Amino acid sequence: MISPLHIPILRLGRPYQSLDKIEFTAAGRRVEVSMANSGLIRRDLQGLERAGAALQAIPCATLASYCEKAAELFLHGELPWGLGDERQSPEDYVVALSQLTGLPHSLGRANMGKVHAAMANIRAVLAGLTRGLPLEMFDRGYIRQGGIDVNFFPQTESLGVLLPSNSPGVNSLWLPALVMKIPVVLKPGREDPLTPFRLVQAMIAAGFPREAFGFYPTSHDGGDALLFGTGRAIAFGSDATVKKYAPYRHIQVHGSGRSKVLIGDDYADQWEQHLDVVVQSIASNGGRSCINASAVLISRHRDALADALARKLAAIVPRARDDRDALLCGFANPSMAKGINERIDELLQTPGAEDVTARYRQGPRLIEAHGQTFLQPTLISCRDPEHPLANTEFMFPFASILEVPQARMLDVIGESLVVSAFTRDRAWTVDLMTSTNIERLNIGPYPTNRVQWEQPHEGNLFEFLYRRRALQGDLVAV
Amino acid sequence: MSSTLTIPQAQAALDAWTREMVAWHFSPATGCDYWLKWAEQAGWNPLKEITCFADLTKFSHFDDEVLRKEQPERFVPKAYAGRPYNVFETGGTTGMPKQRIGWDDYKVDYEEFSDHYGPDFFPKGGNWLMVGPTGPRRLRLAVEHLANYRGSSCYFVDLDPRWVKRLIAMGEFAMARKYQEHVIDQAVTIIRHRKITSMFTTPRLLESLAERISLVQAGLKGVFAGGTTMTPQYVRFVVEEVLEGKINFAPTYGNTLMGLAISRKLKPEDNYSLTYYAPQPRAILRVVNPDRPEETVPYGEYGRVELTTMTREFFMPRFLERDEAIRRPACDEFPWDGVGDVRPFQSLTKTIIEGVY
Repeated sequence: MISPLHIPILRLGRPYQSLDKIEFTAAGRRVEVSMANSGLIRRDLQGLERAGAALQAIPCATLASYCEKAAELFLHGELPWGLGDERQSPEDYVVALSQLTGLPHSLGRANMGKVHAAMANIRAVLAGLTRGLPLEMFDRGYIRQGGIDVNFFPQTESLGVLLPSNSPGVNSLWLPALVMKIPVVLKPGREDPLTPFRLVQAMIAAGFPREAFGFYPTSHDGGDALLFGTGRAIAFGSDATVKKYAPYRHIQVHGSGRSKVLIGDDYADQWEQHLDVVVQSIASNGGRSCINASAVLISRHRDALADALARKLAAIVPRARDDRDALLCGFANPSMAKGINERIDELLQTPGAEDVTARYRQGPRLIEAHGQTFLQPTLISCRDPEHPLANTEFMFPFASILEVPQARMLDVIGESLVVSAFTRDRAWTVDLMTSTNIERLNIGPYPTNRVQWEQPHEGNLFEFLYRRRALQGDLVAV
Repeated sequence: MSSTLTIPQAQAALDAWTREMVAWHFSPATGCDYWLKWAEQAGWNPLKEITCFADLTKFSHFDDEVLRKEQPERFVPKAYAGRPYNVFETGGTTGMPKQRIGWDDYKVDYEEFSDHYGPDFFPKGGNWLMVGPTGPRRLRLAVEHLANYRGSSCYFVDLDPRWVKRLIAMGEFAMARKYQEHVIDQAVTIIRHRKITSMFTTPRLLESLAERISLVQAGLKGVFAGGTTMTPQYVRFVVEEVLEGKINFAPTYGNTLMGLAISRKLKPEDNYSLTYYAPQPRAILRVVNPDRPEETVPYGEYGRVELTTMTREFFMPRFLERDEAIRRPACDEFPWDGVGDVRPFQSLTKTIIEGVY
């Protein structure tokens, strides 16, 4: 019998095989993942100073070049599977990822491409985050810019990250921290230990010091140890997660995105020209991202737009994992799909909502196909923004559509991670730009999942990790 | 000190003890009001029908709610009438607590525990520190008695688990953390300024202490811990890192209703998986099928933990604990069944908050 592959804990670079482990099967192989107890994490975090020193010893420009090299290794390289000598090819990774998360191979590869691009474009990303500060600022701590000495200092000796399992692309968020000389302590999502482990292996192979990486598959308790043991931390989760960690300033919590497409008065009559952008916003990446639109607001023509969108969304059907055209993700945990489906049906009982996709969908919303459980794309037309399905989010292509006057849209959207506002209206653009409910704003007919490397994705990691301080006096000694 | 009995001898001793205890608790001259009244309405006579331990299945499962509802006086055996008793309450219960009364049982349990370990495991004469739930708990008196029995004195730092549970229920996680830090601060102060060689604490508090100081450098020689689930990985972590492989470790499983189950000495083949043995014949642990609790599960399988306690002070047949465990066979230290890798009942299907302790 072939022995199982084993993904170890990385105790600030040092592999550790735990007696507590979870197991799964991927590509016909048994894979074990070591689980860390919370005390072990707290104990390791006492050694973070050494991890920071290892990064500090390397010039930032060199770290950026390591990151660029790691991008290629992540995308194309044969990297360690876990303990032992076995290597993981990109294809092995995509196949295993699909088995664990339900992501079809096509989307697995697309996510690899996304993460690769984030690493390959690290200099642009850093320039966006720091508004163009030269990389040597991270080596010297200060830089002279426009005749002024500018000093930034790290507010933490590490960045803790509680990763979700919904989409591998989210890993691109923590990558810049290492180039900014901040070690990372990662808790992978339960269903996706593969992506952060492969990324860490790529970065170590490219030259990053191994002690700069903590990798701790663990329980909720261990997750708390990580969040409270690091000076700055990022957590992803449900609204309950957001509520739990909201009181802690050092923790940045990302809950549901509730991203939206707003079609303004000047675009409303041309809705047909922008159908594909709206579909992309709802359904790209299997609808699994927080930057997928979960609501479409238009000031008129709701019913016509809903019908046209429903036709297009219903055409996105379940396909086999290895089908090149697959766009939908299966649910690794079928009971989760069943629960979501029941919840939607329950909320549809509240008057004022119609599942428009039901007109065109082949079969029911919840469907077994190609050996997996799927939820087929769903568009709900709501008469009222107060309807319980009007501003919610599920982990598949799901959106509501509402008719709301442009002047009222900003009053009803609530907190929204991304808003794509289809408009050229100057006055409304100003209102959009001053809205405190919008984290990221696209102006014009752009999909909500649009990425520009020089723009921060969610929050600004540099401002989260570093702080500016007044610096005066004689700097000859520096 | 290991038991000198063979497995059949231990079984015979348990059967004899069962007859003796049933005779004690169901005889008007020695029994308590609760069980005597119960027998009047039971429709069968335990004095006649219980001839061995296996016959106890004639009793239905003890409902520990009676320990909350009934006045403790109803549980005073006639033989103890007029003698003041200790009232002990169960761990993290909120609302009206469950109470067990007692006189000397805790001393018997902890003397037996002490005798199981040699004089150097917890150095005789060295000071003890208890960090954990004191208050109305049996453990507080028991640990002090253990220290005294070994010629030592004991310092105490209290942790109130009921307050911790309330803080967590209120979502006051930050305050719960501060409270734990407050407990650890006090313990560290005692360890730094007094000569402590042995300690009782909960596993979680033990970890937290070791994050602040090296317990080896502080002079600790032996640690006795209990109170929460300890997975094999957790035990390994405690042995190798918290205790730095240099401090004796005695993990236990117990509660106010049972007393103290001792873990057998770990062997390499155990791979840090703990097995506990009840203080038979005073308390008996069985691992039963949750759907048919009259049956034990096969060795090596998980089942629900059932506890029977039979002392002259307290009789409690077939209480179903809120724990599950692997049924393990007798070993060279204990000639009766053990319970392995104890964890909260159905912990794989339910979310359990075990709190900070």
